[in-house]
Amino acid sequence: MQKQSVFHSRLLPYLLVAPQLAVVLIFFYWPAVQAVIQSFLLQDAFGLSTAFVWLDNYRDVLNQPDYFDAVVRTFVFSFLIALSSLSLALLLAVMADKPLRGSAVYRTLLIWPYAISPPVVGVLWVFMLNPSLGIIAHGLRAIGVDWNPLLDGNQAAALIILAAAWKQISYNFLFFLAGLQAIPSSVIEAAAIDGARPARRFWTIIVPLLSPTIFFLVVVNIVYAFFDTFGIIDTMTRGGPANATETLVYKVYEDGLLGGNLGGSAAQSVILMGIVIVLTAIQFRFVERKVNY
Amino acid sequence: MADVALRNAHKTYAGNVEAIKGISLAVGDGQLCVLVGPSGCGKSTLLRMVAGLETVTSGEIEIGGRIVNEIEPADRDIAMVFQNYALYPHMSVYNNMAYGLRNRGVAKPEIDSRVREAAQILEIGSLLDRKPKQLSGGQRQRVAMGRAIVRQPKVFLFDEPLSNLDAKLRIAMRVEIRRLQRRLKTTSLYVTHDQLEAMTLADVLVVMNGGLVEQVGNPLEIYRKPATTFVASFIGAPPMNLIPLQGDDANLAGAGGQAGILGVRPEDLALSDQPAPAGGVALELTVEAIERVGAETYVYGIRSRPAGARTASSGPGEPPPGEILVRIPGQGGPSVGERVRAVAVQDKLHLFSACGRKRLDS
Repeated sequence: MQKQSVFHSRLLPYLLVAPQLAVVLIFFYWPAVQAVIQSFLLQDAFGLSTAFVWLDNYRDVLNQPDYFDAVVRTFVFSFLIALSSLSLALLLAVMADKPLRGSAVYRTLLIWPYAISPPVVGVLWVFMLNPSLGIIAHGLRAIGVDWNPLLDGNQAAALIILAAAWKQISYNFLFFLAGLQAIPSSVIEAAAIDGARPARRFWTIIVPLLSPTIFFLVVVNIVYAFFDTFGIIDTMTRGGPANATETLVYKVYEDGLLGGNLGGSAAQSVILMGIVIVLTAIQFRFVERKVNY
Repeated sequence: MADVALRNAHKTYAGNVEAIKGISLAVGDGQLCVLVGPSGCGKSTLLRMVAGLETVTSGEIEIGGRIVNEIEPADRDIAMVFQNYALYPHMSVYNNMAYGLRNRGVAKPEIDSRVREAAQILEIGSLLDRKPKQLSGGQRQRVAMGRAIVRQPKVFLFDEPLSNLDAKLRIAMRVEIRRLQRRLKTTSLYVTHDQLEAMTLADVLVVMNGGLVEQVGNPLEIYRKPATTFVASFIGAPPMNLIPLQGDDANLAGAGGQAGILGVRPEDLALSDQPAPAGGVALELTVEAIERVGAETYVYGIRSRPAGARTASSGPGEPPPGEILVRIPGQGGPSVGERVRAVAVQDKLHLFSACGRKRLDS
């Protein structure tokens, strides 16, 4: 079969990809280039004068103790969000993979949370966990927990992790379920006859066969926890109390839009961009190598 | 070493689909029992019930004198070879074979010696470090067998193990499975839809149809004395000619004009000018088609009446005379359109009741 299309006009192929290229250039590369340029500039609060300061913005950012706190916090958040949403999603997927009555309904319901936008998720959890109104907060106090995420930084962090992980479970669940269904049932049966109990089958057969899916999801979840939790943080805690829930992305927004430090904010964005590039590169390299067994 | 017994085993799926409608069976120690039947006859379900992969709705399954209905597959001391081999794709050939032994806590040196011994028997010693996807179909088949034999189980279960192989390899592996089973003397249940595989492998042949056993016995005995018309047409290739006896035909069998179905194998018919031998039959045929395959020739004929007799499809309610297949040795034979007479002697005839469920002659 011929895989290459033959164009008689040299212009036509360029015209055909032009819309896609325009979208990518205007909405991705241009802002990225702008961010890089901005990160080398220092602007006064009214935008009246601009000075080129080389790497001063980066030096300032990296010298801020706040920034390192945010880096550590972001990694801790990402790790906990990825770990909890992946493990819960895997548990649900393993259970949904069993031939149960009404499993189609059950599976569909498990996918719904993914359709909810992050700020709405944030608002939902804010209501449920609001110290004075929330039904869960009420329950927590009833069992003796002094619940006040508006004052307690750790509780606020737990709140963010909970909401962010909850939302991501659906997405992970979908991939895990597809991955599980791709494992031939006869392989599992062979393992059962080979004397492997369910737990051992899970760790020695199912998890290794799911490993490409797991790896893919780990990267996707970390990227999600880095960037897409912005809406949840903004609606639930606004980075507080006392910066306890301020992640790198939220700090970019706070320093730039609220603090007016556009150059510093741009420098942070460029650093974040670097992190994403590294994560994506790792994913491509590993996924390509590991999927083939 | 163990025998396997099924006592009135039933399997009903959700929605009242009855897959196994009461099967009793006894397989002696060291025997190779082949379950054969068309697809959907329940043979694989029955095997999976013995393996413990399907629950038993009612009845009993016994392995080595122990009722195993409620026992996990892992504890039944069986090994199974699957149609798609079901090798663990992420493990090397060595680990595929060692997995079952590790799960049972066998000591490392023991595992190593057993795996190497099995690999040597199956001639896959050079493949131990490979992953399943680096193997050919035949090699995967050998690894699947190796995984079964290292365990030294009481019973081997084979679920159509050769159906994914090409014809040449299938014959080679068939011979090898027979040789291996003889050597290990392990009681085996073998499921296939291929009657040739069934005939060549079985000590005990079980012909199944619609969730029931049609006949159990020695393969040649079944070939010689099929108990029902289903068995008659399923065992033997090409299948037996079955002629409903009605009207004039009732006298064909020489059995005194009783109604029923007359069966005669294509290889038991001979073309001849002579009248029917005493007690035998003579069929007047018009040749419809000829197939010459070298060693033998298949003659397809439509039954016709001798010249002067009334035409074949005259009587009301009489089925049109069916096609009759005659198998003759060599490459000769008549040509298309010719009228021939096919005769068979009495002890090559099979007489069944009109419903086909019962054999009338002994």
